[in-house]
Amino acid sequence: MQVFHRSTNTIAKVSIFGGVFIVAASLWVLAEINRSSYNTGQFIEVQQPVQFSHKHHVGDDGIDCRYCHTSVETSNTASIPPTKTCMNCHSQIWADSAYLEIVRASYRDNKPIEWTRVHDLPDYVYFNHSIHVNKGVGCASCHGRVDQMPMVYQAASLQMEWCLACHRAPERFLRPKEKITDMAWNIEADLGEGVAADPFNLLAENKAESRVKLGLQLKQEYRVRNARVLTSCSTCHR
Amino acid sequence: MHIKDTFPELYQIRRRPLSIEGVRARLTNKRGREFWQSLEELAATEEFEELLHREFPQHASEWDEGTDRRTFLKLMGASLALAGLAGCSYQPPETIVPYVRQPEGIVPGKPLFFATAMPWTGGAAPLLVRSNMGRPTKVEGNDLHPASQGAADVFSQASILGLYDPDRSETIINRGEVRTYTAFLGEISTALEAQKTKQGAGLRFLTETVTSPTLAAQLRDILRNFPGARWYQWEPAGGNNASLGVRQSVGDFATSIYNFAAADRVLALDSNLLECGPGSLRYARDFASRRRPADGDPREISRLYVVETTPTNTGFFADNRLAVKPSEFEGIVRAVAAGVGAGGAGTSPGGPAAEFVNAVVADLKAHAGASLVVAGDEQPPIIHALAHQMNAALGGVGKTVSFVEPLEENPTDQLNELRTLLGEIDAGAVEILVVVGGNPVHTTPADLKLDEARMKKVPLTVHLGLYEDETSELSQWHIPETHFLEAWGDTRAFDGTVTIIQPLITPLYSGKSAHELLAAFTDQPDRKGYDILRQYWLTQGRASLMSAGASNAAGTPSAASVGAASTGGTQGGMTNGVAATGGATTGATAGGGQASSARAAGAGTLTAGATQAGAATSSSASATPEFEMAWRKALNDGFVSNTARKPKNVSVSANAATSGAASAGTQAGVAGVAPVTGVAPAPLANGGAGAFEIVFRTDPSIYDGRFANNGWLQELPKPLTKLTWDNVAIVSPATAERLGVGDTPDGAVAWDSPKRVNRITAKGGELRVELLRLTFKGRRVDNAPVFILPGQPDDVVTVHFGYGRKRSGRVGGNEHDKSVRGFDAYALRTSDAMWSGAGLGVEKTGEDYPLASTQIHFQMEGRDIVRAGTFAEWTHDPELAPESERKRPPEAAGETRTPPEGDTLYPPYDYSEHEDEGLRGYKWGMAIDVSTCVGCNACVVACQAENNIAVVGKEQVARSREMHWIRVDAYFRGAVERPDGVYFMPVPCMHCENAPCEGVCPVHATVHSAEGINEMVYNRCVGTRYCSNNCPYKVRRFNFLLYQDWETPSYKLMRNPEVSVRSRGVMEKCTYCIQRIEYAKIEAEKQGRKVRDGEIVTACQQTCPTEAIVFGDLNDPASRVAKLQAQKRNYGLLADLNTRPRTTYLASVRNPNEALPAGKEGKA
Repeated sequence: MQVFHRSTNTIAKVSIFGGVFIVAASLWVLAEINRSSYNTGQFIEVQQPVQFSHKHHVGDDGIDCRYCHTSVETSNTASIPPTKTCMNCHSQIWADSAYLEIVRASYRDNKPIEWTRVHDLPDYVYFNHSIHVNKGVGCASCHGRVDQMPMVYQAASLQMEWCLACHRAPERFLRPKEKITDMAWNIEADLGEGVAADPFNLLAENKAESRVKLGLQLKQEYRVRNARVLTSCSTCHR
Repeated sequence: MHIKDTFPELYQIRRRPLSIEGVRARLTNKRGREFWQSLEELAATEEFEELLHREFPQHASEWDEGTDRRTFLKLMGASLALAGLAGCSYQPPETIVPYVRQPEGIVPGKPLFFATAMPWTGGAAPLLVRSNMGRPTKVEGNDLHPASQGAADVFSQASILGLYDPDRSETIINRGEVRTYTAFLGEISTALEAQKTKQGAGLRFLTETVTSPTLAAQLRDILRNFPGARWYQWEPAGGNNASLGVRQSVGDFATSIYNFAAADRVLALDSNLLECGPGSLRYARDFASRRRPADGDPREISRLYVVETTPTNTGFFADNRLAVKPSEFEGIVRAVAAGVGAGGAGTSPGGPAAEFVNAVVADLKAHAGASLVVAGDEQPPIIHALAHQMNAALGGVGKTVSFVEPLEENPTDQLNELRTLLGEIDAGAVEILVVVGGNPVHTTPADLKLDEARMKKVPLTVHLGLYEDETSELSQWHIPETHFLEAWGDTRAFDGTVTIIQPLITPLYSGKSAHELLAAFTDQPDRKGYDILRQYWLTQGRASLMSAGASNAAGTPSAASVGAASTGGTQGGMTNGVAATGGATTGATAGGGQASSARAAGAGTLTAGATQAGAATSSSASATPEFEMAWRKALNDGFVSNTARKPKNVSVSANAATSGAASAGTQAGVAGVAPVTGVAPAPLANGGAGAFEIVFRTDPSIYDGRFANNGWLQELPKPLTKLTWDNVAIVSPATAERLGVGDTPDGAVAWDSPKRVNRITAKGGELRVELLRLTFKGRRVDNAPVFILPGQPDDVVTVHFGYGRKRSGRVGGNEHDKSVRGFDAYALRTSDAMWSGAGLGVEKTGEDYPLASTQIHFQMEGRDIVRAGTFAEWTHDPELAPESERKRPPEAAGETRTPPEGDTLYPPYDYSEHEDEGLRGYKWGMAIDVSTCVGCNACVVACQAENNIAVVGKEQVARSREMHWIRVDAYFRGAVERPDGVYFMPVPCMHCENAPCEGVCPVHATVHSAEGINEMVYNRCVGTRYCSNNCPYKVRRFNFLLYQDWETPSYKLMRNPEVSVRSRGVMEKCTYCIQRIEYAKIEAEKQGRKVRDGEIVTACQQTCPTEAIVFGDLNDPASRVAKLQAQKRNYGLLADLNTRPRTTYLASVRNPNEALPAGKEGKA
């Protein structure tokens, strides 16, 4: 006497397979969610009190990054400019624009503008801008083509695997120090904005032989520490 | 149901006493075990053994907050769910708030350092304070200042917590109501109007000891306007006896300055000079410079004799120590004095004391001219006078000791002044009493108490203080005081060098500085502190400021101000600026802290911009560019160079000591008003008299009570007792035996009752002791916990001030919520027994009291921990290793028990990065010299401040859950009754090459870095505590509960932004100050060079007064640490475990007199 119908054999087999599949699939889904911009904030444009356009100021006007982000070469933070820096120009240009009233009010009332942070690392990460800039990591390598961003967004995932991709093999990303703030710099134009836009660096690894050659040379020249030092936990966590 | 009810046996406190006899037997039988940490260890009770075998003592890991099982499961379920959700949480959006106009000199993200000072009676502590974006976050010693040379003490290290203390008083209180400062000024001006007609006859100022030139000038100005007014000074502790003693011996007030660097033989008479108070940092450093035996250097190290009435760091550090009763003390001192040819005839004491005296006399005489006698601040003037005569007789004056103009602006006999003031109050002559700082209601002696009745009798009382305390409660006006990190001011260091107090932050609360309060008594009541200070230096102080600026090119010593320069330059090192402070010991730290960080001048632009702008206009009339230069230099350096007090040409009077006590009198009192004499209270039932003697001392952690609300200091294990959060009545083991303390209160356990001493319970570090009733001169204290400390003279009870505060704060305790901490020793202090007295009655109360001591935690089971020997032994055997650690018999010569390098399954680490280019990687390491560690604890607090270490509270300390990353172990040596000394051993993480903790972490939260640092990754840690279990040094600390205060806003300002703030469930430990290493590395690499030796200074190293801790790169053979580790007396702690610790120790070398018993005893 058969208690179960013959089809239950199939159902059992399918459900065993399905069980494994479901677990694997949900792990994969979790991993994807974890890496998605929902979690990382990547590519999400952030509203600011004043809609400051980097595209206009950097791309159109050609202002160097360091005009505003003054401490990027000397300090851990690149620093957000004081209102005074805005007013250097805007007391003359667009001095009456209604759009800039917030800036003028800040200057007048001595009340700082509260900007919303775009690149927000966890508190246990101690990132230092100056050492990266001084060792040949360009602004665009992490921040993407800011000169093409009317509103700034986070171009990289800022997840640890993204950091480690460079710390394990910095030669793939180094550039000559004089090109640090050059948004459009690339060697043989085969990388383009790919570095920032491609968190897994597939492009860099697959395509950029000449890039790596230059990188190794720069690594030697700038005395960039080896991967063991760069991937020691205390390099970033304290 | 509580877990207590389920498992009652866990909670049973097993009361098995330990007996002194057992302890003695063990010591005599076990020759191998020469060092010991506590009586409990020696007695090896069952509980103690159990304690040793546990990673953390029993219950240390238990959550005991009265939660039953069901609630617990519910909470667990909820937190599991929440933990899952928390993993997916979005980081909350953060804002960036830039400046509107960024001040000059600020680079966002980079710390600035400002020179300032913490005022202190015996000489201010010159400080260099780190400011992170306008928030002072860490106090360090000012390395340019001759009085500090970079060192700092526990009090100034902890002052940063005092600044951000949320319990500080925030508002002006008038008779219980919040009022404005304008209202206060109104009332004062009305009262002053009335005083004007009678020349201010009813106006009285009561300050602490004033060493500020500006404050003194202000007070003198007021007294000029109100000739009838009086200015009195009172401080419960400090150098008043010393000043009086000098007056007695040289005929006038003067300050004696010692030169320990020139002293081959030092005799300390109850002087705790190595406690490293703010005024004696330089002394400790100079002393230590003579205590570092180096391979190939045959010069003998100096020798320290101590005669003392209660155990101190200094006494236990001494090469030869004699503990005597206070009543016998003067006799001994007179005998020594007579021996060296000073003072009158002394009667020779009998017994071991005679032997000691003879040996000391012979030795001092043999080193005449290079010997030094120092008397403690607590000793009566006569002892100071005798000490100075001895120095004169031994030819030390001008060489090891010199006299300079007094440090105090107005040196007086403070007790006399207090007596006069109280007499005037009783006579109704005082109409306005202004208490400027201090807490006299609490700190005055019991028979000269500024009590409620007296405070009520004065029509108008004003109190300026940091806290609402006992005095402010009885005052009509309480004005919140600014912390010294918030206000402008000036003060003097121990040698008189004028030291500028510069604010680091605008006052957090609407506080007033003493200068601003005193302005209320002038016709410019609104003057700001900065204006007052600058005006003083523009006018009265101008000459000295300008002369300093003119002659100060690069700190060249100017002979003009160094009167003693002719005496072989011994004084030169003390009174001059940077160049003269050199010498072998300071070379490495010079430029250390500052090399990598900008030192900023002119805080005015940052913290008091408006003030300074105002000042510039008000005083620009006479502010020449030269003045401006000199002023800015003074602010930058933190002191006005060449302002050390001028040497005084004095001759020590030979018969001063026989002329009796200093003349008492009602100097400055109002005519016709007699000073009060001490009033004895109604006699107690038992008569009050007793057979014991009492010794009063300030508390090593909270001083006279002013730091009672400072959690860092409360939780700081006191140097010798290792007690936290309490004061005790210290007795000797024999006295304890005689008292029979240790009986159980209920008498349930009756066996061998009189022998019982401290009991430890199964609860770990908690110590249950009996409460004593102390009766002294008719006054009594009922709740003094007894503590047995070997080395205490028999029949002497030592109590510490500062506890029993009735109105302090959440930390220090309050009467109204019944949280008073400890007992008030001031209640027993009388004007005729200020520091000691005979006739103390001691009774048992039969009550039990828990104490939280860290001394019995983290035992090392009597292994080869401390290596020590005498100088004579060291010259023959520089290794000083015990027999067991020496060469293994038949094998290769030179091999010790420490396993060879490759003796591990793990592959070796490679630190040779860039070797082909001649650029080696770093290999960080540390060397700690046990020879010079005096156990002052400054490193512990410095570490706590630098690394955001939490305070856990008494109950948690009792469970061994204290969080200090560095601890100072104290190992006693010798007999229980008369220990030869204590060896202090700071123990941070060893950063082992083969770290036992690394292998056992299941989540790789503790790993080896490429530079050999044993890293702790908080965000990986899941709290298994396996690492701590496997650590042989017990240096890992676990956050059992949420110890960090995440809520209080002011604490958020305090934290070091470069160090993660740890949460519950995370392991933490010493990181070698990884944030400082990374900072220096980044700065060096940006310049394309290697980190220089001395560029990285860890927090503990930075503050160490004796430079016992040295950190650096072991790969660089020229580094200081590599050289120290190459010394023969270098050894690794528990090196036989093959952990290959990076932190190593240098064996202690002491120099006892061979003629005395302790010196004759061999080593292990």
